[in-house]
Amino acid sequence: MLVLVVPHAQGTAPPSPLTLISRDGRRPVPTTLVNGQEFIALDDLASLFQLAVRDDALAGGVTVSYKGRTIVASADQPMASVNGRVVTLPAAMTRVGRRLFVPVDFIARAVAPIYDTPIDLRRASRLLIVGNIRVARVTTRIDAVGPPTRATIEVTPALLVSQAADAGRVLVRVEADVIDPAPPPAPAGLIDQIQTGTQTTTVAIALNARAGTPRVSTTTTTESTRVTIEVPLAAPSQDTSTAPPPPALPALPAPTGPAPPALPALSGPKLQTMVIDPGHGGDDNGVRGPKGTLEKQVALEVARKLKTLIETRLGVRVVMTRDEDRSVSPDERDAIANNSKADLFLSLHANGAPSADVKGTEVYYLRLDRAGEEARRSTAATELVLPVISGGTRPIDVIPWDLAQAAHVDASSRFASMLEEELEKRGPMGPRPLQQAPMRVLSGANMPAALVEIGYLTSADQERSIQSADVQGGLVQGIYDAIVRFRAFLESPPSQ
Amino acid sequence: MSRKHWLQAAAAVAVIIIAAVGVSQLLERMVAPAAPPQSTAAPAAPAASVPHIIATLYYGTADGQALAAVKREVPLGDGPRAQGRQILESELEAAPAPYLSLIPAGTMLLAFYITDRGDAFVDLRPEVSTMHPGGSTNELLTVYAIVNTVTANLQSVERVQILINGKQADTLAGHVDLRRPFERDTSLVREAKGTQ
Repeated sequence: MLVLVVPHAQGTAPPSPLTLISRDGRRPVPTTLVNGQEFIALDDLASLFQLAVRDDALAGGVTVSYKGRTIVASADQPMASVNGRVVTLPAAMTRVGRRLFVPVDFIARAVAPIYDTPIDLRRASRLLIVGNIRVARVTTRIDAVGPPTRATIEVTPALLVSQAADAGRVLVRVEADVIDPAPPPAPAGLIDQIQTGTQTTTVAIALNARAGTPRVSTTTTTESTRVTIEVPLAAPSQDTSTAPPPPALPALPAPTGPAPPALPALSGPKLQTMVIDPGHGGDDNGVRGPKGTLEKQVALEVARKLKTLIETRLGVRVVMTRDEDRSVSPDERDAIANNSKADLFLSLHANGAPSADVKGTEVYYLRLDRAGEEARRSTAATELVLPVISGGTRPIDVIPWDLAQAAHVDASSRFASMLEEELEKRGPMGPRPLQQAPMRVLSGANMPAALVEIGYLTSADQERSIQSADVQGGLVQGIYDAIVRFRAFLESPPSQ
Repeated sequence: MSRKHWLQAAAAVAVIIIAAVGVSQLLERMVAPAAPPQSTAAPAAPAASVPHIIATLYYGTADGQALAAVKREVPLGDGPRAQGRQILESELEAAPAPYLSLIPAGTMLLAFYITDRGDAFVDLRPEVSTMHPGGSTNELLTVYAIVNTVTANLQSVERVQILINGKQADTLAGHVDLRRPFERDTSLVREAKGTQ
């Protein structure tokens, strides 16, 4: 029986609920305002953090316990004893209707010290972060109205950022699990809109129709990463010729009206992250051409060019499995892709054949063996329902790590076909332009995946040509075009 | 010495010579089992004492794009396992012209065995990986030359797993997944030729 002497109060809802963010996702946590103070229901808190709550008549309050650790909260004093240490609270417990409420600071001051994983309450941004989540504080400001208009995005702590810019917009994606954005400034100068939100890790800046191609630079200190954006006026009548893209690049959606479209890609694009996997590396040279050209070098060169093109043109985050000459195991490559929650995986290689006459580009996707086919058929049947931190459950597909690709083979086949079709427009294809084979690095990728052999280094002709900027540019463009098509396929209705 | 004694002595010498030739051939086979065949392709008519069979071996086509199924004589083995060894040792030898070798020179067979479930294990020395020239095409051709050679000739074998130095391996040269056994795949085979 609960015997408490607590004031009864009438609560009102705050402007927005707290958002709990953990490895299991995010969910709103309702709070209530009482006399200007924000409270959270103790039973909600108990459910969120698996706490046991019982009345404590002796102490005149309640005892909250978690794995043998206890909090004794006073019913009438703004304080609690946390594992024997007294902490103060902005208000005492209160009752709204039949439920007990504690100030939201109770989470940070009382629950966090006894909990297994870190809890970070960020009241300003309405975030309750549970676990080791990379949270980036993102502050955007306009430094000069201009033109040129200058803006700065400050990311704290220092984290990797990727950016994409064209005449209509700038997208800055932060390599964090979640961003904690400060309220953006009012648009000014050539900037029409600044979008930041906790639902994405991207800051999107929409530019005025008079804006030219922005210049974006990044500097990193030990404490923060700073992205500086300078937006010039568009050149009067040569808006496409002064800084032309490579001729074959597909046109980005041009800003046709007075303001660019409302950045549709932010509303949940299906291709947010892709992994580029330059083959071999370190001690593993891969194929060596007759003149000594190494597969590991060529693959990395092409991968870097492709990454730049994708990031600047598509605004898709690109993760490389290696960006230097180092050895990476197939499992590590897959782990990088899977842990990045990538939507697409592309492995880049250069080929070798027993005859120097064999030439051309070839595309592979995974062929499943019997075990893989069984895994593919049974994917839907091996769903586990696991409890999550918030007390609910979440279905999880269980599939052996080395058969992760099984569920994506159909999509991979589509992607590989698109690669073959686009690369064929750019250069000679090999004897088997599109193949299904048991490729090791593809088997563990838990997303659509393909492997491109850009050419045969064992051919003296191709060894020479594959190092030219023109040929590499053509290959990169062909792959890029296939990625653009595959993105459209991902975002098309399921019936297609 | 009487005529009878001369005949006995001559017969004894003939027996010794025949035995010596036989032992010499046997030793030659034991010491150098991987000796390449004559470039004129077909081995000489087999000695009557060493029965042979016609087996289908797989090599690279002359243009390096595909596998070719080539009929060749290999020594008869006593049972599937011994026969498998004979076939694989022939496969590891240099390819007859105009075909191309797909298995790195110096690769030796360490062991070959077949389970009751029809899985064959081909255990090769590390040269098959360390000396491999790399590239997806090269690697696929190497793997399926071995897999198809075993499955084409041994009816009891359904799948083939390649081991390196007695252990399961990831790949030969970074591409083709060796962790699970392979079934026969003729999609890389382009042509078939007569007996070599």
